[in-house]
Amino acid sequence: MSRIDAIRQRLAILEPLLLEIEDESALHAGHAGARSGGGHFRLTIVADCFSGRNTVARHRMIYDALGELMRTNIHALAIRALTADEAKLSTTRKET
Amino acid sequence: MNIQDVIREQVSSAPVVLYMKGTPQFPQCGFSATVAQILKHCGVTKIFAVNVLENDAIRQGIKEFANWPTIPQLYINGEFVGGCDIVREMYENGELQQMLADLDVQ
Repeated sequence: MSRIDAIRQRLAILEPLLLEIEDESALHAGHAGARSGGGHFRLTIVADCFSGRNTVARHRMIYDALGELMRTNIHALAIRALTADEAKLSTTRKET
Repeated sequence: MNIQDVIREQVSSAPVVLYMKGTPQFPQCGFSATVAQILKHCGVTKIFAVNVLENDAIRQGIKEFANWPTIPQLYINGEFVGGCDIVREMYENGELQQMLADLDVQ
């Protein structure tokens, strides 16, 4: 299973409406953190379970779902965690 | 004193405490560099920066302390604020500047 599939599988518990994972490890090849084998990923996730929670709480939910992947396969993770309503807003803003 | 006690004292030892890789002058990680840069943009000159690359016990201990698996970690008035994405988001919507406004850190 690829690292992205592994991440996707773990995050299924948050019932994401949208989940985009980009592997940016190649951009960081050679940098000290990359040597341990952990990858650099960028994550956009839209899920209703984020509603009423601040960003710290949302990120913690994601880290909890990822469990030991955070210590093994993932060295760095950039996160955008939105509710469906916020995702609609940010798309509209981009269009206007 | 165990490492969690050391960290507990450290995070409250200054209004702005940043756990990072490298130093604000010579950051050794892009995410750490971003947070240091944002604080500078906010006019913060008094940062208590802890270089986790110099102390492995703190590097691991800080992850447990905040229940947060990554570095950098920013603390304001002893409270965990967030990592790079959150600090950037709070800077973009002005929340960070507001938090820093009342502190003697300029």
